Amino acid sequence: MKIHRSRCRLPLIVAALCIAGLVGWTHATRGEGGEPRYFAITNARIVPVSGPVIESGAVVIAKGLIQAVGTNVTIPPQAWVIDGKGLTVYPGLIDAGTNLALPREESSEPASSGGRGARRRAEPPGEISMGPEDRPGTTPWRVAANELIPGDKRIAAWRNAGFTTALTTPAGGIFPGQGSVIDLEGDRPGDMVVKAAATLPISLKPVDGWFSFPDSLMGAIAYVRQVFDDTRWYAESEPIYDSNSTKFERLRYDRTERAIGAALKRNELVLIPANNSIQILRALRLSDEWKVSAALYGGQQGYAVADAIAAKKIPVLVSLKWPERPKDADPGGEQTLRELRFRDRAPSAPAAFAKAGVKFAFYSDGLSGPKDILKNARKAIDAGLAPEAALRAFTLDSADILGVGQVMGSIAPGKIANVVITDGDIFSEKTKVKDVFVDGRFFEIHEEAAPEKPGDNKTMHAASVAAMGARVGR
Amino acid sequence: MKRSIVFGLPFIVLFIAAGAFRPLRAQNSNATLIQNATILTITHGTIEHGSILIQDGKIAAVGTASEVKAPPDAAVIDATGQYVMPGIVDCHSHIAVDGSVNEGSVSVSSMARIPDVLNPEDPDIYRDLAGGVTTANILHGSANPIGGQTVVIKLRWGKPASKLPFQGALPGIKFALGENPKRTNFQPPPGVPPRYPATRLGVEGVIRQAFIEAREYKRQWDDYNARKAAGEQNLIPPRRDEKLEPLVEVLEGKRYVHAHCYRADEILMLIRVANEFGFKVRTFQHVLEGYKIAPEILASGAGASTFSDWWAYKMEAFDAIPYNAALMTERGVVVSINSDDAEEARHLNQEAAKSMKYGGLSPNDALKLVTINPAIQLGIDKRVGSIDVGKDADLAIFNRDPLSVYAVVQKTLIDGQVYFDRQRDIAQRASLEKEKQALLDKEKQASEEKKSDAEKAGKKPDKKKKPKSAAVAADAVAGGAR
Repeated sequence: MKIHRSRCRLPLIVAALCIAGLVGWTHATRGEGGEPRYFAITNARIVPVSGPVIESGAVVIAKGLIQAVGTNVTIPPQAWVIDGKGLTVYPGLIDAGTNLALPREESSEPASSGGRGARRRAEPPGEISMGPEDRPGTTPWRVAANELIPGDKRIAAWRNAGFTTALTTPAGGIFPGQGSVIDLEGDRPGDMVVKAAATLPISLKPVDGWFSFPDSLMGAIAYVRQVFDDTRWYAESEPIYDSNSTKFERLRYDRTERAIGAALKRNELVLIPANNSIQILRALRLSDEWKVSAALYGGQQGYAVADAIAAKKIPVLVSLKWPERPKDADPGGEQTLRELRFRDRAPSAPAAFAKAGVKFAFYSDGLSGPKDILKNARKAIDAGLAPEAALRAFTLDSADILGVGQVMGSIAPGKIANVVITDGDIFSEKTKVKDVFVDGRFFEIHEEAAPEKPGDNKTMHAASVAAMGARVGR
Repeated sequence: MKRSIVFGLPFIVLFIAAGAFRPLRAQNSNATLIQNATILTITHGTIEHGSILIQDGKIAAVGTASEVKAPPDAAVIDATGQYVMPGIVDCHSHIAVDGSVNEGSVSVSSMARIPDVLNPEDPDIYRDLAGGVTTANILHGSANPIGGQTVVIKLRWGKPASKLPFQGALPGIKFALGENPKRTNFQPPPGVPPRYPATRLGVEGVIRQAFIEAREYKRQWDDYNARKAAGEQNLIPPRRDEKLEPLVEVLEGKRYVHAHCYRADEILMLIRVANEFGFKVRTFQHVLEGYKIAPEILASGAGASTFSDWWAYKMEAFDAIPYNAALMTERGVVVSINSDDAEEARHLNQEAAKSMKYGGLSPNDALKLVTINPAIQLGIDKRVGSIDVGKDADLAIFNRDPLSVYAVVQKTLIDGQVYFDRQRDIAQRASLEKEKQALLDKEKQASEEKKSDAEKAGKKPDKKKKPKSAAVAADAVAGGAR
């Protein structure tokens, strides 16, 4: 299976890189007269998140960073000025769990429930693993940042909805690879990467159905435990071996041990799947046992165990793909009260986290469009989450959890200029995103003026210049 | 596994779905008095019109009404006309497990741990309680010669997984012999080679090989620890091996072996292998031909945990007889009757009663099969398995003699707390049904609103197309700005 997969991915990657290279070549003049690098948004309502709301003020963006924010700031003479009257400025939103800009043949799977009797039929397996030593579903050396495809159409779709940043994570297997924090713009893959090795996600889904280790939840947990044992053993043994290499048998090279060892050494955030309360309590125990700095992902039944999470001070990435009755469910099928309660209460988990003091961020978890992300976040607000807390979960708290809080997540001098300008409250259904800055680059969003022929670059370029001329003055 | 719909199941399912059960607790003195009961102590006979005083979760006194003095604020359970027996101990259960009970991929899956995947919300816990069960030995499945690690739990319904394990009970490990580990009745999917072993010889080989490795692993660690203790520097430790560590614990007597088995020959084989490596098999599970070799089982020090009357469901079960429990008991083996099944677990009292018909056990000896005997087998007989002062107040209250087919559990207590109360269960059904209906209505309403929204949107087909082209446009705009 693996061989087949990589064979078909290679041309894709090559093609994507070629396109990316060409595009990059023609636009290599960034900041040299081709593209403005100084902006000022004036007279706008500013929600910095890190401080109180400024009812009317200015944000100055210079060379990719926020230079100044406040009511009394000097506008650099070379800045393009955007009149923000009637508009609101927010930090760019962060989606803390996607596969944006990654090849999509490994479509993201819903969080594993490991439910009894929900056993999958085995497809003809590719590789059969006969134990932990075969390292089933284990590719922790893969880093999303190294596999990015800047041409992924979804990047623009997310950005148009106000998302400037995403955690993007390889999928497939128990240790699928490391997630990267990327900004949602860039001509080349490298332009996008904010933090290459940001997270080490774990999936506890058995790898291959039947007849290949592990084929059970407990086997998957045992496997992860053995991998951490092995990684620590290698880290301990390597220096001893290096200084006494005539005394010992040569240490076997194991790519898994080295990649995970390096990740643990830099205290990388280990993401443990945990959606229902049983999984959450189990994950809290395992994170203790594994001695890793952990975050949970899923978190939807966290309303039942928020205090336990708070006590461990472990952050949660909350999936905004709220549980629904399966579309293909038997209409006459029996539904348990437990399922019904879960579906009813899941959106109240974020409010419970906020109350208990659990730090959390939101992620789209495979939702098909970015519109659904904010729509589903509204459900959490309807279920009691303060809008300010919801905003933090999309911005500063998310950045903090992902280890990029120093450089983004709020509107403050020195932060990366990831900024969203809207015509109203960001969680209001009627609000439209007007402009987005990503890394200080200006993107005007105008849903109304769709071109006649999508894909006609000349027309659109002209339209965009016209649009910019109309709204941006000096 | 057997599974059938049993009376009352729909109600119980409904109730379980609720998960709202919260055990009662007596006030202040933490004392509860059960009075006017027929008390089946198991170890010292039957007490008519007896009382049991429970204090801080333990049995503080048991005897006739005049012998047992309760504090005035003790909660009182009146059991007039009812029977109290020790909570039933099920020595072989697969309930309360999240995910598969088998890590069936490998022949030795001892790295897999049932305690990692306890599911405290499994409705079968509550169903077991409704059958008077208070303690269960949760085993890995029988797909492998050496299976996963096992755990004894108390059925503390409503508590998190961390509160289920029976504190102080030794951990166990599942072994399996015969058709299941040699995969007689299982076909791998096309293209997958069958797993070794495929014969009973191979099963023995796998177990011996595993213990040879475990012995070597233990030697490496002993050697490393000795050298380290002697002050030697720059030592590379042995790798931790999650598969072999539990086997070392078996060799050190720190972990019980619960071996699934059917035939006499394979049981004798495992006794020989255990002797060779110097460990003991704690229980033979199912042990359907145990009656043929009861003296050998007795001499090995193992207990036998069997079915009441279940046979001929596969080749190796053809020589099973319902007299098995009684015959082994007569030879002095400590015998229990287990469920191996979530449904069977709800009437283990009846399963025990069958040994009176088949083999003529006395009523008390029959009850021992599901109380003190499995407690002995699990090494927890100082704590549970009989109604004696100082033991945990794990009790089942039946409306009739539990050996009668008409007996129905009224209340089940663990550590003195009521975890199942039939009257309360019945009383809650209506409100749970109401809650369920309200949630269903709410969902229905939401989905209808969604549908009507979609229909409204559907009237303007252009609008649906727009976002997509707008996204492309905005992307191009961004390109233009570069």
